[in-house]
Amino acid sequence: MERKEVVIIGGGPAGLAAAVELHKQGVRDMVILEREDRLGGILRQCIHDGFGLGRFGESLSGPEYAQAFIDEVQARGIPYETGAAVLELTCDRKVTAATRSGLRQYEAKAVVLAMGCKERSRGSLGIPGERPSGVFTAGSAQAYMNLYNRMPGREVVILGSGDIGMIMARRLTLEGAHVQAVFELLPHPSGLPRNIVQCLDDYDIPLYLSHTVTEIHGRTRLTGVTVAEVDVDRRPIPGTEQEYTCDTLILSVGLIPENQLLEGAGIVIDPRTNGAAVDEALQTSVPGIFSAGNVLHVHDLVDFVSLEAETLARSVAAYVAGTPPVPCNLAVEAGRGVGHTVPQRVSGTADFTLSLRVTGHYRDCRLVVRQDGREVVSKRMKKAIPAEMVQLAVKAGNLRRIGALEVSVE
Amino acid sequence: MQEQYDVIVIGAGVVGSAIARELSRYRLRIAVLEKNLDVCNETSGRNSAVVHGGFANPVGSLKARFCVSGNKMMDKLAAELDFPFKRCGKVLVGNTPADMEQLQRTMEQGAINGMDGLELVDEARLHELVPAVVGKFAMWSKNSGIMDPFLYTIALAENAHANGVSYFFDHEVTGIHRETDVYVLQTGKGDFRTRWVVNAAGLGCKRISDMLGITGYRVVGSRSNYIILHKRMGRLLPMPVYPVPNNVYMGIHVTPTVDGNVTVGPDAENTDKLDDYTVPQKNIEELAASGTVLWPHIHKKDQIRTFAGIQPKLVDENGTVQDYKIEIRDDIAPQAVNLVGIESPGLTASVPIAQYVVELMREREAFAENPAFNPCRKGIVRFADCTPAEQARLIASDQDYGELVCGCEGVTKAELLAAIHNPLGVVTMTGIKYRTRAMMGGCQGGFCQMKIEQMIEQELGCRPQEVCYSRKGSWVLTGNMRGEA
Repeated sequence: MERKEVVIIGGGPAGLAAAVELHKQGVRDMVILEREDRLGGILRQCIHDGFGLGRFGESLSGPEYAQAFIDEVQARGIPYETGAAVLELTCDRKVTAATRSGLRQYEAKAVVLAMGCKERSRGSLGIPGERPSGVFTAGSAQAYMNLYNRMPGREVVILGSGDIGMIMARRLTLEGAHVQAVFELLPHPSGLPRNIVQCLDDYDIPLYLSHTVTEIHGRTRLTGVTVAEVDVDRRPIPGTEQEYTCDTLILSVGLIPENQLLEGAGIVIDPRTNGAAVDEALQTSVPGIFSAGNVLHVHDLVDFVSLEAETLARSVAAYVAGTPPVPCNLAVEAGRGVGHTVPQRVSGTADFTLSLRVTGHYRDCRLVVRQDGREVVSKRMKKAIPAEMVQLAVKAGNLRRIGALEVSVE
Repeated sequence: MQEQYDVIVIGAGVVGSAIARELSRYRLRIAVLEKNLDVCNETSGRNSAVVHGGFANPVGSLKARFCVSGNKMMDKLAAELDFPFKRCGKVLVGNTPADMEQLQRTMEQGAINGMDGLELVDEARLHELVPAVVGKFAMWSKNSGIMDPFLYTIALAENAHANGVSYFFDHEVTGIHRETDVYVLQTGKGDFRTRWVVNAAGLGCKRISDMLGITGYRVVGSRSNYIILHKRMGRLLPMPVYPVPNNVYMGIHVTPTVDGNVTVGPDAENTDKLDDYTVPQKNIEELAASGTVLWPHIHKKDQIRTFAGIQPKLVDENGTVQDYKIEIRDDIAPQAVNLVGIESPGLTASVPIAQYVVELMREREAFAENPAFNPCRKGIVRFADCTPAEQARLIASDQDYGELVCGCEGVTKAELLAAIHNPLGVVTMTGIKYRTRAMMGGCQGGFCQMKIEQMIEQELGCRPQEVCYSRKGSWVLTGNMRGEA
């Protein structure tokens, strides 16, 4: 059992940004544990551009964005171990990882959860039909193509208008596949507007809203799918079914925080985010365990992941330095039009940034934070859509010590 | 001249594999012909995976007899063959006086069939056994259990193979004729000559029976749909929970798997399409609703997969389900063992069925014992199930144990290599999945399938387009994206 001040689980954008910021804050006794054989996380397979506009003021590819942080980690001599898969995390912050040279066991003062997210699969959607080959999540198709030089198929239908799905529509088209259409269950797109323009419109790939795949055909390889329109309750409308002949179905139907390790440590999970419920220091329900990035809640842009991880790093640095924790007893609740909020608990005595997603499309709206009905802060927005994460700065001076907060769209 | 076998078993399901293993106790040249690319691809692997107690089968039936003896020998088999089996018990839950009467009849039937450990329990005891179950009383069958049907069948087949049985996958029997004392079995890959034939074709039993000239059987498919729930749910369900049964249908039940998942099912409807495993949306919803009546923890967010299975049921002219038909028709097809309508409890009963088949053969021919027969076989070590000390020792012995490939299920490179180089020579993605659990977890292979696909290519020297998902023709990739194909 090796003692560490901080163990960071995950060497993707969140873990890397947290490590660099921790180093800036004076923390030296730390290690990043990465399960893959190199740092960078999911950015390694995201070879398209559009990363870093917020942070670096230029459009980088995923690997370039990651490399900026990897360079910094290496320049600062921050220890990391690749090929280290964490098997267990306990509530007393013991971390066990498997590596090719043996099991590593750490006892950490603080643990940073930065494991990112995974994709929802066909099974969790419960699409009926056969189980042929040729059904891929967008991310696994992306990995096959961009990391392994493998081509998943030729005639493609995409279900879900998540960002990765749209990016894969373009990627598959560029590599010679024919993408027939993208179907989205909801009446609005799930991904960012820029991806609709750059990945679908520019390649004449139609996007059909309020449509879903109702059946999968093919006993060996996929031979086709049945698609139907859905009503306001997202139920297929009988009589609207259409058959599409295809050998490949790409699913881009949502991301879920990679929360498997959380359960073992008894960390409270917010059913709305599927990540840990955290306070304004991004500390989970288990003292000394912190969380940021997509393992906490799914972000739209990596730039926000980096920022959140840096906020976390400052809290962790204070925690390991022995700064007494501030009790966070004020609940932050998602009100009308809001899907979830992070953090879920605050102290009322410190400024914090609220991250949230709205549940519908709004124009000329106001995001309002109220405490016991009293307006604390608000933000006017020309447009608010579920695809874009919204952030809101809340000043402690406006808060009282008692009373739950509620965020809603008006 | 094609080599001649003493026995050819048609079908590598659980029964065919058990028969092959029982036959390998004797000095015989044995082959198994299987149309799929792996064992256990149809009925054997598509069920509740329950080791039954034999109380739900009619007194005096082969089903009851083989089920009870199969249940009793399961510990020994699990020890010999190294497959997961838990004698966790099960409860049949009732609410009404009519339910109580039926349970009492079931208990009596079980006792006559020779099953021990059946007990009626009240609501309080029931809730000690299964905390969240909904019911006023139950029949508790202490000796029922659960197992892994894939690993069980793989174990039987690998043990048979180690004892000299040859396996031929992708060999569908398309015709049978008899030349003097020899059967000639036609397949798409050439003819096979054999003195004995065993029809263990499961869903194909009628087709093979007809080819043997034993005609007239009515076999209907009984389709069942299931939902699989996430591994975390198994902790809430210590044993299978069934409604009150009748002798034909067990009812929709909730069952923990040996790996901690929970299955909900089956519904049952007759079908002519014996190869249609489509799970309809309507059935998924109905299953969840019916299962919830027994056990309230069935939520959509925990559903990771659905599957369907089809059982071949032998029926009479009225459609009434019959007992197993296991016969040698010396008049029509001598030296051919014909198994028809091997349905539930076939998984539990597989080895007793196999022993019975061998008995029928030995009544007609003396088989010399195989002195080299070894009943034991070791499976692939599961890193995730080991203690930290064992894990450390494994990594010290082989670094590949320190390389996790499937994060959700904790499957290491060493296990995957063992699965890729499995003794039966099976090379499919699902073959590796069933042998290791890789790709069975929360992300369903989202992160690891490409690594596994690449390992198959590297280890076996095949091209990307040659890798199959499951059945023949289920290609995964068109090839390389760029560069040479």
